[in-house]
Amino acid sequence: MLGFVVRRLLSSLIVLLLASFVVFAVFYLGPSNPARPVCEGAGGRCTPERLVAIEKQMGLDKPVLSAYGEFMGGIVKGREIDFGASAYDCTAPCLGVSYDTRNFVTDELKERIVPTILLAIGGSIVFLVVGVTTGILAASRRGSSTDRLLVSGSLLVSSIPYYLLCLIAWIFLTLQTNIFPATGYFPITENPLKTIGGLLLPSLVLGFATAPAYARYTRGQMVETLGDDFVRTASAKGLPRRRVLFRHALRAAIVPIVTIFGLDFGALLAGTIFTEAIFSIDGIGRWGLEALDSPLDLPVITATVLVGATFIVVSNLVVDIAYGFLDPRVRIG
Amino acid sequence: MSHLRPESEPTPDDKPVLAKDEVGEAPAFDDLVEQTHTANVLDPSAKPILTVDNLKMYFPIKSGGVVRRKVGDVQAVDGISFEVPAGGSLGLVGESGCGKSTTGRLITRLYKPTGGSMRFEGHDLAQLTDKEMKPLRREVQMIFQDPYSSLNPRHTVGTIIGTPLQVHGIVPKNKVLGRVQELLEVVGLNPEHYNRYPNEFSGGQRQRIGIARALALQPKVMVADEPVSALDVSIQAQVINLMQDIQAEFGVAFLFIAHDLAIVRHFCPEVAVMYLGKIVEIGDRESIYSHARHPYTQALLSAVPDVKQAVIGGRRERIRLEGDVPSPINPPSGCRFRTRCPLAQEICAKHEPPLLQIGKRHKVACHFPGEIGKHPTEPLTARLLGVDHAGNPDPGASPSTDLDTKPGYDDTWFDLDTKTFARA
Amino acid sequence: MTSTQTTSTTGTPDGAPYLEVTDLTVKFPTADGLVNAVSDLSYSVPLGRTLGIVGESGSGKSVSSMAVLGLHDARSARITGSIKVGGREVVGMDERDLRSLRGNTVSMIFQDALAALHPFYRVGQQLAEAYRVHHPSASKKEARARAIDMLDRVGIPSPKSRVDDFPHQFSGGMRQRVMIAMGLINDPALLIADEPTTALDVTVQAQILDLLQDLQREFNSAIIMITHDLGVIAEIADDVLVMYSGRAVEYGSTREILSHPEMPYTWGLLSSVPDVHSDTNARMIPIPGTPPSLLNPLPGCPFEPRCAHRDKVPGDLCSTTLPELRPGGRGAGHVKRCHLPDPDAIYEAEVLPEIAPDLAKEN
Repeated sequence: MLGFVVRRLLSSLIVLLLASFVVFAVFYLGPSNPARPVCEGAGGRCTPERLVAIEKQMGLDKPVLSAYGEFMGGIVKGREIDFGASAYDCTAPCLGVSYDTRNFVTDELKERIVPTILLAIGGSIVFLVVGVTTGILAASRRGSSTDRLLVSGSLLVSSIPYYLLCLIAWIFLTLQTNIFPATGYFPITENPLKTIGGLLLPSLVLGFATAPAYARYTRGQMVETLGDDFVRTASAKGLPRRRVLFRHALRAAIVPIVTIFGLDFGALLAGTIFTEAIFSIDGIGRWGLEALDSPLDLPVITATVLVGATFIVVSNLVVDIAYGFLDPRVRIG
Repeated sequence: MSHLRPESEPTPDDKPVLAKDEVGEAPAFDDLVEQTHTANVLDPSAKPILTVDNLKMYFPIKSGGVVRRKVGDVQAVDGISFEVPAGGSLGLVGESGCGKSTTGRLITRLYKPTGGSMRFEGHDLAQLTDKEMKPLRREVQMIFQDPYSSLNPRHTVGTIIGTPLQVHGIVPKNKVLGRVQELLEVVGLNPEHYNRYPNEFSGGQRQRIGIARALALQPKVMVADEPVSALDVSIQAQVINLMQDIQAEFGVAFLFIAHDLAIVRHFCPEVAVMYLGKIVEIGDRESIYSHARHPYTQALLSAVPDVKQAVIGGRRERIRLEGDVPSPINPPSGCRFRTRCPLAQEICAKHEPPLLQIGKRHKVACHFPGEIGKHPTEPLTARLLGVDHAGNPDPGASPSTDLDTKPGYDDTWFDLDTKTFARA
Repeated sequence: MTSTQTTSTTGTPDGAPYLEVTDLTVKFPTADGLVNAVSDLSYSVPLGRTLGIVGESGSGKSVSSMAVLGLHDARSARITGSIKVGGREVVGMDERDLRSLRGNTVSMIFQDALAALHPFYRVGQQLAEAYRVHHPSASKKEARARAIDMLDRVGIPSPKSRVDDFPHQFSGGMRQRVMIAMGLINDPALLIADEPTTALDVTVQAQILDLLQDLQREFNSAIIMITHDLGVIAEIADDVLVMYSGRAVEYGSTREILSHPEMPYTWGLLSSVPDVHSDTNARMIPIPGTPPSLLNPLPGCPFEPRCAHRDKVPGDLCSTTLPELRPGGRGAGHVKRCHLPDPDAIYEAEVLPEIAPDLAKEN
C-alpha cells in the first residue's frame, strides 16, 4: 500500500509540473503584455524604450523556461520581485505578485480559498443527500410511478443550463423576494452565521443542479446491485428488506459513487466559476475569471490553475486509497 | 409448422437435420442417429502436425514497492511435450489452474512462450516474431468457451466471418459474401442470416458462428478451449457432432481443451492429463480411461458422476482427494501432486517423477505408477534417478541420463507388469 | 424400494412429505407478453430424502424453487397453486412470515458462491448475520461461535482464523462450503441447492456432494438438488423430476427414471452426454433445435417440435393435445408426460443400443 501511494505521489507531481508549465507557457507567450499597464500607470509617457526597460525589470524578456524556473523556485524558496518602481520581497511559498492588485498571490489565495471550500462542502452535502437518496428510492421502487417521477424530474432539472439556474435563483429568491439573505462571502472569522447565510442559496443551487446526475448514477448502480446474486442471498437468509437494501445492496453500490464523488469534489475545490461569479462570492473561480481580464494577470492565472490541478490530482489519489478501504478485494491481494 | 419461433424462416429442405437452427420438424430418430458420430478413432499412422516440446510459460509477479521488482513467477505451464496428429485430436484435461487454457493460448500465440518449441510445418511457432507469425495465424485457429463474449455484438455475422477472409486475402472481395454463406451452411446456420447480429442467435448458434469464423481460414489446427461447457446439455451434443463433421470433412486437427472427461473421451482418441502446469499422464483413450496409472488421473475419473450408478444405487467408492490445488507460484517440490496424493512417500518430495513411457502409447509421471489398488510399494523410478527408495543419492546406482520428456512415443518402453523393457 | 410411491402428492415410505407443491404456476408479465415460467407443477419431498430437479436453462427449475422461499417479487410474478412447507402454505403468505421461513426452516444455496456471498463482508459476519436474524436473543459472541462451529462442520480447516477472511480469499470449493455452512446455520428442514457444483472442478464437486450427503444424514433434512447433470442426480438424488418448458415431464425414483426413462426428452438428455466409462461405440445424439419460447405455449406437447419419436404416435395428437402426467407401464410411482404407447420398449429397442451399446447387450 505504501509503495503504491509513493508511486502515485511521484506521478502526481509530474502531472502538476506539466500542467503548470503548459499554462504558464501559454499565457507567457501570449499576446497580452503585463508590462504595459505598469509603464502607463507610472505617470509620464510610456515610450517604447521605457516599456522595454520595464519588461526587462519584470523579467518578461527571459526565455519561457527560465521564467518558469524562477516562478517554481519562488514556490520553494521565495524570491525578489522587481516591478520597476517598487520591489517586493516575496517569501516562500511565493506564487508571485498580482499585476492587478499588487498583492502577494499567496496571501490572496489564502483568503479566496475559504469560500470555495465552504461552497464545495455545502454543495456536496446537498447533492449527496438529495441525489443519493433519490437514487436509492427510485431503484428500490424500480418501474413504479415514484421511480418514473423521480427520473423525469431529475431530467428536467438537469436540462436547464446551469448559469440560467443560478440567475433565476438569484433574481427570484434573493433579489426580488428576499427569501434568502444576500449572497456573497462574509469572512467566517467575523460572523459565522452571516457566512452561512451568504452561502446558503449558492450551495443549494449547486447541490440541486448536481443532484440529478447523482440520482441517476446511484439509481443505475443500485439497480445493478439489486440484481446481484449476493442480494438474492441476503433475501434468502430472511433479512428484512431495509437491511437487504442498505447493508447489502447500498454497501456494494456506494463504492463507485464514492469514486465519482471524490473526483467531483476535487473539481469543485478548483473553483466553481458560474456559481461564484453570479452569486458574487470571492472564491478561486471568480478570481481566476477576473485574472483573465486584459491585461492578463499571469501570476494569478498560474496560481489558480496550479491549485485546481493540485486538488484534482490529490482527490484522485484519495479516491484510489479510499477504494482500498472500501473494497477488501483491492486491499488484500 | 405453425408454431415456429418468431424470427425463424423456412429452411431449405436439403439441409441436414442437425443444421436446422430453428425449431422446425424434428427428424425421425433413425435419421437423427445417422447424422451423429460415435467416438473419434485413433489413426496410429498419422504424422504429427504440431509438435510441442518442453513448452514453458512463466508469468512474472511484480512486487508492490516503489520500484516494482520481479519477485517470482506463476509457473502456468512448466515443460510440457506432446504431439497433435494431422487430422486427429488430442485432448487436454485437468482442473482449473492446471495450465490447459494457457497451453491453448500459447499455441495460438496469444502469448509468447517463456521457453520450449512448438514445431508446425517447418516453423517453430515459439520463436517467430509477431510479424513472421502473421501468415501462420490462419493455419492455427481458436474456438472460444464463451459464445456470448467472443463475438463482437456490433458486427453482423457476415462481417465477423468475412473479415478474416479479407484480412488474409483468401478470396476476392466480391466473393466474400458467397463464401460466408457457404460457411454458415457448413456449420448448420441459415445462409440468409449473414446480416444478423450475434444477439439474435442462441448460445449454441453463436458457438456455430465461432466455429465458422475459425473455419473460414481453412486452418490445419484448431484449438478448442472448452467449446461446449457454456452450452445447455442438449446443445452440447449438437456442437460436438458438428466439430466431428468438420474434422471428417476438412481434416482439421484439434487440440481439445476441456474439464469434462466424458466429452474429451468421445472426441479425442488421445488425451493428456495436466496438473499444476505439468503433464502427469498421456496416452491413448484406452490407456487413460481404462488403465490409468497415475493417482491423479484415477482420482479425476472416479470423481466424475456416473449415470449408471443410479441402477446400482448409492454413491460408489472413489478416491477422495483432500484439499485444493496448490498455488502455481510456489509449487510443491518434487512431484507437484504429492500434497494431495494418497500414495506420497519421501521420494516424492525430493524428486520430480520423469514422464516415463510405460506402454505403446502411454506415459506416466509417478514414482509409484499402477492401476487402482495395485500401486507398487517401492518407487519404480529410484534406479533410473540413481537414488535409493527414500530418494537419497545412491552411490551404487547409475542414473539414466536420458530422462527428458520428448513429444511422441518411442518403440520401446518399460512394462510395469513384467518390469522389463518391451518393444512394439 | 420399487415404486411404492404414488404420484406427486403422496409421500414415500419414510414419512409424510415435508414440502408439497401442488399445481404451481408462475407467470411473469413482460413487455413481450406473459412468460409462462412454471405451469401446473406438482411434487413433494419428505424429510431425509433428496429430490433432483433436472432441466435446461428456461425449464423453470430455478423459478419453481425460488417460489418455495417466496423470493419472487410480488409485483412482477403471478403465482397460483399451493406450496406447503411443513404444513404451512407459502403462496400468499405475508412478507413477515415468509422472512421467518427463509434461511430458517428453508434455506437455499446457489451456484456461484463467489457471486452469492457479499464481497465486502467477512464470511464470519455473513454467517453470524444469518444466525442472528432468526435468533434475535443471541449475542454477537454466540453468533460468531456458531459461525466457527458451522465452518468446522463443513470441513473448512482452521475455522477460527478463516472466519475473519473475505469470500475472495477462499478457493472455489471452500467458498461453496461457506455457502453450505450459511445455508445450514439454522438447521433448516429443507435445503434447496441450485446447481451447487456446476462451477466446480470434478474432484471438488465430489467433495461437496459427499458433504451434502453426510450433512443430510446428520440433520435428516429434505434436499432439493437442482442440476442439469444427470450424473449428479444419479449419485445423490432419491427421486427425480425432469422439467421442460416449465412443466414436469417425468417424475419418479432416480433408479426408475435413469434406467427406464419413458419420455423422449429424458432420452435426449441421456443421449446428449457421453458417459466416461461407456462403450466407445456410443453416440452423442443431440436434441435437435432449441428450447421453445415460454411466451406463447404450444397447444400440444411442448417437446413435440424437437421430438425424434413423434412419428410413433398416431395422428397429430402430439401437436394438438398436451399429454397428461400419468403412469406409464412401470407402476404408479413413475409418471411421464408423453403420448408414446410403449415408451419402455422403444427405449430398449432403439435408443439404448445407440447410446449405451454395452448395456443394451446385457439386456
